[in-house]
Amino acid sequence: MHRLGIGPTEGWLLVVLAVMGAGLGVLAPGFASLPNLFDLLNVTAVNIIFGVGLLVVLIAGGIDISFAVAASVVQYVVALILPWFGGGDWALGLLLAAAFGTLLGCFNAFLIFQFRIVSIVVTIATFNLFFGLLMFFSGGVSIYDLPEWLTTRVAVIGLDTASGRAELTLPFFVMLACVVATWLLLRRISTGRQLYALGDNPDGARRIGIPIGAMHYLAFGWLGLMAGIAGLMQAHYAEEVVPNALYGRELDVLAAVVLGGARLGGGRGTILGVLLGVLLVAVTQNGLNLLGISPYAFKMIIGAIILIAITLSSEGVGRLLGGWRAPARRRAV
Amino acid sequence: MADPAEPGETIGLLELEHVSKQFGGVHALDDVRFDILPGEVLCLAGENGCGKSTLIKIISGVHQPEPGAVMRFAGQPMGTMTPGAARALGIQVIWQDLALFPEMSVAENIGFERNLGARPRPVNRTAMRGAAQKILDRLGVRLPLDAPLRTLPIAQRQIVAIARALVGEARIVFMDEPTASLSQAETDALLAIVRRLSAERIAVVFVSHRLAEVLDVCSRVTVLRDGKLVGTFPTAGMTQTRLTELMTGKSFDYAVGQRDLAAARPVLTVENLSRRGEYEDISLTIRAGEIVGVTGRLGSGRTEFALSLFGMTQPDRGTIMLDGKRVRFGSNRAAIRAGVAYVSEDRLQLGLVQPQSITDNTVIAVLDRLLGPKPLISGGKRDALVDDWIRDLGVKIGRKEDAVSTLSGGNQQRIVLAKWLATTPRLLVLDSPTVGVDVGARAGIFAIVRRLAEQGLAILLISDEIPEVYFNADRVLHMRDGRIVGEYRPAATAIDAIEEAVHA
Repeated sequence: MHRLGIGPTEGWLLVVLAVMGAGLGVLAPGFASLPNLFDLLNVTAVNIIFGVGLLVVLIAGGIDISFAVAASVVQYVVALILPWFGGGDWALGLLLAAAFGTLLGCFNAFLIFQFRIVSIVVTIATFNLFFGLLMFFSGGVSIYDLPEWLTTRVAVIGLDTASGRAELTLPFFVMLACVVATWLLLRRISTGRQLYALGDNPDGARRIGIPIGAMHYLAFGWLGLMAGIAGLMQAHYAEEVVPNALYGRELDVLAAVVLGGARLGGGRGTILGVLLGVLLVAVTQNGLNLLGISPYAFKMIIGAIILIAITLSSEGVGRLLGGWRAPARRRAV
Repeated sequence: MADPAEPGETIGLLELEHVSKQFGGVHALDDVRFDILPGEVLCLAGENGCGKSTLIKIISGVHQPEPGAVMRFAGQPMGTMTPGAARALGIQVIWQDLALFPEMSVAENIGFERNLGARPRPVNRTAMRGAAQKILDRLGVRLPLDAPLRTLPIAQRQIVAIARALVGEARIVFMDEPTASLSQAETDALLAIVRRLSAERIAVVFVSHRLAEVLDVCSRVTVLRDGKLVGTFPTAGMTQTRLTELMTGKSFDYAVGQRDLAAARPVLTVENLSRRGEYEDISLTIRAGEIVGVTGRLGSGRTEFALSLFGMTQPDRGTIMLDGKRVRFGSNRAAIRAGVAYVSEDRLQLGLVQPQSITDNTVIAVLDRLLGPKPLISGGKRDALVDDWIRDLGVKIGRKEDAVSTLSGGNQQRIVLAKWLATTPRLLVLDSPTVGVDVGARAGIFAIVRRLAEQGLAILLISDEIPEVYFNADRVLHMRDGRIVGEYRPAATAIDAIEEAVHA
């Protein structure tokens, strides 16, 4: 298990996800069908892209509240600019979204690093700044007149099944690319290990010679990049750009990522955890829909799941059972 | 320690002359000379603030010395140093907080240097593991390479820090207070590693407040005081007393107490006090003005007994009498009201609110007595009280509004004392009051303690350092396995007899 990168949190989530999947397979007609599962993956892609970006920031010891509205800004700006290029295409769209997203992320990094302000304060401010600017200049008006390539569904894999056509679409594959790239950064590249080190022990990282400023730009820039791409994917999926469509998404993503074992405060968190955390939330929502349960119950149930998950994580179980499984001691180094 | 300099060897590994450093007009270092031979174990001694850390930071390239300094490494001039350049020469520093990464594996902590550098490179875990294993083999230690560092006890993390220093082909390793939080057995294991490094001709510079181990492991000791070099002395023939005098520039009067307090009024009388699994059948009396020392090894039940006196735990059997009246403390608040003050072992964490001001820390236990017109705290009363105690205890502070964390260990300890003395206690329990406090400051604290006793306070002094209780207490009680197994009068007993009994 450990060799595959499956820690206690990931193992726990896998079990819960499996139990829930099996339960829904029996109880909710249509859940276990390929079209439903594929669609689940297509819908979840945007949140997973956000999630892996946010993971990088959390690991480096920061937090970002502004990325979802930054993605809205990117969507809007890209939608406004594309006509100048005669409509553009996927390559140009992705390039612009990535560039603007990175720029906004680096703006956060600049404020946090240059003025030594805590990241939560900076990003709450930029959250309001980005969203306020967007609403002010857009007047809250949505853009429906998007280039045709952006609104056309791109089915990469299509299968005809007994329960209808199942398609895996472009957002899913873009998400795969983002996941692989982030995984490489965090696990396989020396620079990613420096990010972990910074979140784990900032003083130790400074002392050993890790460039703190560069790490800030890398982490927040990476989240910006992911947010830009996720924003474009969301516009593609929704076939429109609504300025406040992503408002509030930051907390959903943050909750799912923390559910996946990332620690607020840095140094801990895995890609697999993010995937499982986001998927668990998505499966719950999907299952509740299929079971015909009121959508108003959704938030309540997600909140309960997160509370249960974090109290019953491996250390929590130990505490519940007393000394049977001694909780891991954590001492300052 | 064998003589590290082999016959005929004259070139020192590191030679510094005329090293000075000023911070804003203050001389942190003033014309200091320092040298060390390959494979030598040398101690850098001095009180807090004497310039030890500044010297280490200059050698490791964190600070630049003032112009005029001469620095040679293996006979070659060192030029302008940066942390990177120092590491490249093989100069490694193990800081007191170790600067390790708790979430990462042991192997990655040891081999982290491979991850450094601005250019992204692929991570090679196999190579990293192999290199880490090789170094641990060299040190003769076995550690779980894949375990997260946070799961290791502090002594093993210390070894990880040493191993990380060795990855960079260390030729000289500075260790800042490496044994401060280690037990005796762990310290012995660490000193064995230090000797091993020395045998590999890696020089070790040891900074420690524990003078006994300094004299044991080092061949020479370089003493700094107030930024100036006092001198470098061979440890052969050096005594702890002499070393203390060199470090502080004062000679200490190590006279034992001769007072006879048999006629004084008893303040605390404990009879047959027991608490299952902690201590058993404890009976003692502390009279007004008396200092009673309790010593014994860790786990002897001395702290547990003290906690019951302070109402943190309740005894199963026996009685506690304060000023002739039987008391039962349901909580430590009841104990404080009855006039018991307790300075805990872990005072820097439990005894002080580090980020808060000196003022706030001093008055935190007596806020109800500072009320001006209710329900507001009177600033005037508060400041008067704080001023009194700061003057009385001789605390060296900048401003009262500064955070307690800005003070040295000895001065923090005085603030803890001030906090408790402000409650006007009748019984003061001091649990290991000098842990982490340097020698000069220790003497100052005990001078205060003795003065408090002369004013009539009854004091229970707990310490595992026998000289500390021997030279300060009127009576010494020896605890083992939860019982009092011996009572000594320092005036009538040789210190060796007590040490023998305790360490037997």
